[in-house]
Amino acid sequence: MTFDGRLLSLLIWLPIIGGFAVLLLGERVTVAKWLSLIVSGSSLALSVPLWAAFKTGTAAMQFVERSPWISTIHSEYYIGVDGISMPLILLTTFTTVLIVIASWTNVEKRVAQYFAAFLILEGLMIGVFAALDAALFYVFWEAMLIPMFIIIGVWGGPRRVYATIKFFLYTFVGSLLMLVALIYMYLKSNSYELAVFQHLPLNLTEQTFIFLAFLAAFAVKVPMWPVHTWLPDAHVEAPTGGSVVLAAIMLKMGGYGFLRFSLPIAPDASRELDWLIIALSLIAVVYIGFVALAQRDMKKLIAYSSIAHMGFVTLGMFVGFQIAAHTARTTGIEMGLDGAVVQMLSHGLVSGALFLCVGVLYDRVHSRDISAYGGVINTMPKFAAFMVLFALANSGLPGTSGFIGEFLVILASFKANVWYAFLAATILVLGAAYTLWLVKRVIYGEIGNDKVAALKDLNGREFLVLGVLAVAVLLVGLWPAPLLDVMRASTAQLAQQLLVSKIVP
Amino acid sequence: MNSLVQFSAGQFNEGLVFACPEIFLGSAACAVLLLDLLLKDAQRRWTGVVAIVSLLITGGMVAMQPVTGKIVALGGLFELDRMAQVLKVVTLLTVAVVFVYSTDYLQRRAILKGEYYVLGLFAALGAMVLISAGSLITVYLGLELMSLCLYAMVAFDRESSIAAESAIKYFVLGSMASGTLLYGMSIVYGVTGNLELSAIAVAVNNGLGDNIGLIFGIAFLIVGVGFKFGAVPFHMWIPDVYQGSPTCVTLFIGTASKLAAFALAMRLLPEALAGSQPDWSQMLVVLSVLSMAIGNIVAIAQSNLKRMLAYSTISHVGYVLLGILAGTAQGYQAAMFYMISYVIVAGGSFGMILLLARQGFEADRLEDFRGLNARSPWFAGMMAILMFSLAGLPPFIGFWAKLGVIQAVLGVGYTWLAVVAVLFSVVGAFYYLRIVKLMYFDEPTDAAAIGGSLLMRTVLSANALLVFGLGVIPGTLLQLCQRALQ
Repeated sequence: MTFDGRLLSLLIWLPIIGGFAVLLLGERVTVAKWLSLIVSGSSLALSVPLWAAFKTGTAAMQFVERSPWISTIHSEYYIGVDGISMPLILLTTFTTVLIVIASWTNVEKRVAQYFAAFLILEGLMIGVFAALDAALFYVFWEAMLIPMFIIIGVWGGPRRVYATIKFFLYTFVGSLLMLVALIYMYLKSNSYELAVFQHLPLNLTEQTFIFLAFLAAFAVKVPMWPVHTWLPDAHVEAPTGGSVVLAAIMLKMGGYGFLRFSLPIAPDASRELDWLIIALSLIAVVYIGFVALAQRDMKKLIAYSSIAHMGFVTLGMFVGFQIAAHTARTTGIEMGLDGAVVQMLSHGLVSGALFLCVGVLYDRVHSRDISAYGGVINTMPKFAAFMVLFALANSGLPGTSGFIGEFLVILASFKANVWYAFLAATILVLGAAYTLWLVKRVIYGEIGNDKVAALKDLNGREFLVLGVLAVAVLLVGLWPAPLLDVMRASTAQLAQQLLVSKIVP
Repeated sequence: MNSLVQFSAGQFNEGLVFACPEIFLGSAACAVLLLDLLLKDAQRRWTGVVAIVSLLITGGMVAMQPVTGKIVALGGLFELDRMAQVLKVVTLLTVAVVFVYSTDYLQRRAILKGEYYVLGLFAALGAMVLISAGSLITVYLGLELMSLCLYAMVAFDRESSIAAESAIKYFVLGSMASGTLLYGMSIVYGVTGNLELSAIAVAVNNGLGDNIGLIFGIAFLIVGVGFKFGAVPFHMWIPDVYQGSPTCVTLFIGTASKLAAFALAMRLLPEALAGSQPDWSQMLVVLSVLSMAIGNIVAIAQSNLKRMLAYSTISHVGYVLLGILAGTAQGYQAAMFYMISYVIVAGGSFGMILLLARQGFEADRLEDFRGLNARSPWFAGMMAILMFSLAGLPPFIGFWAKLGVIQAVLGVGYTWLAVVAVLFSVVGAFYYLRIVKLMYFDEPTDAAAIGGSLLMRTVLSANALLVFGLGVIPGTLLQLCQRALQ
């Protein structure tokens, strides 16, 4: 281990402290920007050894740091990563650098505060993925709301106040119910350690209530139908960077929560209630897919597409129980879990990229309406190439990252029930329909109006950001093996955990 | 049956050692009163300085008292335990900080008078007597000493008719509550035959727990405690008094007197009446739920910040009561932690209003915080910390306070109460967020520079940063509360 075993702490605290430093710079805009770039760049650089030194083939936590924190409630500063959280941390550091670069010139007011908010948010998000102590996890989880609340509220669109308060209150309700569940388990086990929670015997009633409390927190974050309504509002009103963080990372926290909390802590309740999650996921996939088709606002369309794709993630997580019911092996469960994690990462890249594309257009035309565009390819050929690539990835074209996750999840649902697979596969049809129709209306055709005619193609900075994302999308799509290797041991262990009942007879 | 006071002169002198800080503070208050006579108006600030210094010295004296267990002195009238020590130190520090904030405000509004400090010092003395009370007599004595000073402080700005109205309202309702409390005490005395808290505890434990007369008395005590706390349905005075008083007095009532109210509840209920805990717990459940509900919901409708914070206080009292009603040591610790952390946060919040106020401008409307981030990013940040803490968000101290009391009620099986508590805290989050929204999302309508002396700015910043610091590392304060109430 490098950095005397403090690598993870460094990854969490460097951006947070850097963020406060940027905050103190106040109106010295250029310095603030460069400092933000340096801080986020260093975080990305620090996450490279996290990947390089990560041992595949073990489900044990790595880069573990553990020291006492609050002795009166037996809570510890206990962090570490496994194959599920490590890729998500990489995604976080990667995305934050891109956001810093992409926002370089298009923030007008309170520039230092803008960059500081993203840096602090980055540290908190890494903290969420790394925390192995429930109290610590909760602190990061809730603290994250503060910078996001500010980002949407200060730099957002016209209805930003409504959107950000809705976002805050929705997530706050769910989180507090989760807190009650966490305290309940603390009182039973006298520890906030996640591993202790995972092995704590709980009867089915307790598990059901705990599961529902977790569901309240994570379903809002994912978001699942019918508690998804904050997302289109938040996405539409948020500034580009805010939308990217929301889509690329924050939504993944819900999925991560299911993997880290709901499934291993309440496996029996998960099995009993898998129909509920599967039903909600399929509704998200099919119904929200149709809703996306009807959107006139580009950001809203991508937001609904996110909900549909995240429905896929939850489907992949819970479909395994039905496979396990008629085969004794765990392969089906693992496949669903693998698919879910890959889908989360891929969606992080693709939806982030699409929001950046919308941001590029918005910076030039100041409109998000699809009807304000048309024939963009004529004036912005480079941009059009990127947008088409990301659109294809969003509809799950083989060779892009979107395909791998969707394929694995559909395969797993096939083993569970042909009808699930049939409904799940509609995402391929619907996803292709709304994304390609979006591309057709925005990119292709005749030049729509004078504003489009006056568009300038990507500048070097934008090209860099979209280019890096395009490489990542293709890399994961063409060669997913390294990624799958990293997570395999962890998902296999989780699959084992799911089959063992925690009910003490 | 014991007589009221029975001890020899020798015992009395021995006991005086433990009451040294109180004696010192009383003398200091008299000295400040005399000193103020000698000062000219331009030098009036020195009254405040001397008052603050004497508070700090008293605080130091209390902190240095070696307290291991419970010390009972002066024939059972006076009681010194760890809880008393911690609460007294916190109260004295709070009053000192209140004086720092007030001096600036009073000066700028040209109502700086020595009486403010003298009354404040006597109120602090009353709070100390109450905190260390070992008998119903001293409980009442301390409470009344503090309350009378507070009534006078509310009316302290003679020119303001709204302040006079508030003072009368506070006085009349407060006297009724004191009367009710006294009536309850007399019933408890009648049933148990004792005034000393420990003797009452013994009597209640020895088979008086279910005595219908005692329960009748407890109901009256709860009314008195509920009034001093400002718990629903005895909260009517809070919004009017908070809004009508000069802000520096609101600050005093909102912080130091809450600590005294907490001590009142702790002395009467868990200490003297532990034996009938199930009875008073049930009464407190009702008060707690109503306080959380009414406080949080009505606060949403307020446009005056002082009034909003008044309803916010009511809701926070509901959470403190959660800890007390749990009836476990862990619950009392959580309640104490909640009270102390609330006092820190409330002190900062009222301090912000004082900072923004200037001659002829009160800064107590929500509107006055509009666009503060553009005027002063630093103090907008401080206010945001305080508001997020009141909303109970980590990593601020308010979160650990909520965590503690929820843990306490879950620990005794009140799961529904925990769920109710968290749901109302979501309602509460809304109006705290509104302040953040005004400060950050809106543009300023008022371009005046932020006033305040360097001292006040420093103390206020330290106050807000303490909310943040204790939120990241709450262990020390949690341990302090744990050791205070084992």
